[in-house]
Amino acid sequence: MTASLGRRMAMTLTAFGLLAAGAIVTAPLVGSTHISLRRVFDPAIPFSDNVDAQIFFIARLPRTLAGALVGSMLATAGVVFQGLLRNPLATPFTLGVSAGAALGAMLAITFGWSFAWVGVPAAPAASFVGSIAAVAIVYALARARHQGLSTNVLLLAGVTMNAFFSALILFVQYFADFAQTYRILHWLMGDLDISSYQPILTALPLVLVSFAVFAWLARPLNLLSLGGESAGTRGLHVVGAQRAAFLSASLATGAAVSVGGPIGFIGIVVPHLVRLLVGPDHRLVLPASALFGAAFLIGCDVVSRTVMAPIELPVGIITALIGGPFFLWLLVRKR
Amino acid sequence: MNKRIFVRPSVLSVLSGAALLVSLLLSSAEATRQPTETPVPTRIISLIPAVTEMLFAIGAGPQVVAVSSFDTYPVEVSKLPRVGALIDPDVERILSLRPDLVAVYGSQANLRAQLARANIPLYVYAHAELADIPVTMKTLGARVGRAGEAQSTAAAIEARIAAVRTRVAGRSRPRTVIVFDRESLALRGIYASGGFGFIHDMVNAAGGENIFADVNQQAVQATTELILARRPEVILELRGEPLAANVRPKEIAVWQALGSLPAVRTGRVYLIDRQLTVIPGPRVAEAIEVIARTLHPGAAR
Repeated sequence: MTASLGRRMAMTLTAFGLLAAGAIVTAPLVGSTHISLRRVFDPAIPFSDNVDAQIFFIARLPRTLAGALVGSMLATAGVVFQGLLRNPLATPFTLGVSAGAALGAMLAITFGWSFAWVGVPAAPAASFVGSIAAVAIVYALARARHQGLSTNVLLLAGVTMNAFFSALILFVQYFADFAQTYRILHWLMGDLDISSYQPILTALPLVLVSFAVFAWLARPLNLLSLGGESAGTRGLHVVGAQRAAFLSASLATGAAVSVGGPIGFIGIVVPHLVRLLVGPDHRLVLPASALFGAAFLIGCDVVSRTVMAPIELPVGIITALIGGPFFLWLLVRKR
Repeated sequence: MNKRIFVRPSVLSVLSGAALLVSLLLSSAEATRQPTETPVPTRIISLIPAVTEMLFAIGAGPQVVAVSSFDTYPVEVSKLPRVGALIDPDVERILSLRPDLVAVYGSQANLRAQLARANIPLYVYAHAELADIPVTMKTLGARVGRAGEAQSTAAAIEARIAAVRTRVAGRSRPRTVIVFDRESLALRGIYASGGFGFIHDMVNAAGGENIFADVNQQAVQATTELILARRPEVILELRGEPLAANVRPKEIAVWQALGSLPAVRTGRVYLIDRQLTVIPGPRVAEAIEVIARTLHPGAAR
């Protein structure tokens, strides 16, 4: 503890903030097509004739913002789950949220539901409902065994729900025809090409709520990392904090998945890299992960849409290609 | 010791005799399977909707005893048993129907091996280009004893397609994006036709210029950026299943998100939700006529 927390906080936020801001500003400039910035912002050309501006504002900017939103939510949710479960290998998808979301999206696609719910099309809406259902089941199970909230039961119930939902997914998939199977596969690989600002706006209230809870959670998570008993003796209402952590992180994950699909590995790669840089204090790790997660996913998305242009790779493949080896490295390093 | 020496040659002779017998049996089985005098099949099973349609179009409908679970055309198939499709063929049902010809996809390796073991003759089908449709029809016709009908039906289809080509010749060919799949009510996960395959060929014949003609694939995963950059003058969505009447206009309206595309600005977003446009069978000529009327409303017919 050389520098005061305030100074370290300021330094961390500035450094990671600049990184995220840099990513948000640069990413819309690159893509499969060449566009001229001068034309993009030329007021003399009407928007309807300005292809460059259209590509910038309709195709690239929404997906960059979606990347920022999804990346920061998954990264911070990862931090919270790792703190809550006191397990460095926990991810936002460990407790069944993504499998529930996938099942929801799959039902919507397979049975051709074509409704829009407050402007959200069927697949993302159903995926959000699916993730909430999974969370509710896991939460109820973890509470049923103990008066409080057993993190062990939480973990086991979550892993089992993941497996069970995966079985249901395979079952439902059997009713899908080819086009639908393709669509499901596409959804599972993650995709940020959202082509409008609507999904971001719809997810925004959920994001703000989760982030507000995360901000409050920083200190409780530090205490929880000492173990439930010591945290209790230091005046923390342990079960309340665990409940808040579980619900807010699940909400953030559900919202992120409904926007971009289950994009893997961000929730584990980003928190660990951030901890290597700023240390274990959640008051620094949470905001830094939010900013770095945004920059990381935006970066992966830029790779996914340029590396084989004009063919686009699903961004989930890029994050997995980076995240898989990283995860293994973590696993080996730990033991 | 002594005994063994005696036993060995006798065992060998028995074995070689058996081997000879087996090889004789096999070769005679081979001989009966020779296609020199293939009998006309009377119990045909088709796992491919396009082949089913062809069989009925060339008058072999009465010989068909079962079809795939996706078959809906012509109406006669509604009475026939279903035996699965590409990924889930029901081998038991197929065998129990005692077929004497089964039309399968080339990629159904397991099914092909199983049916071959049961000595059931196969007609192996592969999806291909527009020009292959009449060819397939003729080989199929020859195989099921309807060579003449297949010949004339194929010629009629080719003539109809040629007629469309002449009608649209000389007209300006709109740059068209041919979308065959995307998420419902959203411009996400868009799959468009590349420059290969019968859908590309159909639009080409109907007087449209595929914006992804340069991509040598059947399907292109098209991002909004790619579509914006290529500026299609027509958006043509082909769906195999009819949409509900209240959903159709909403699905078309989704394209307003790309309001600056020439196609959207001039209101040339079309959704054809008719099965005939996605099956490379005998209705392909009609499908091309439908597409041509959509792309060139001014052309006669």
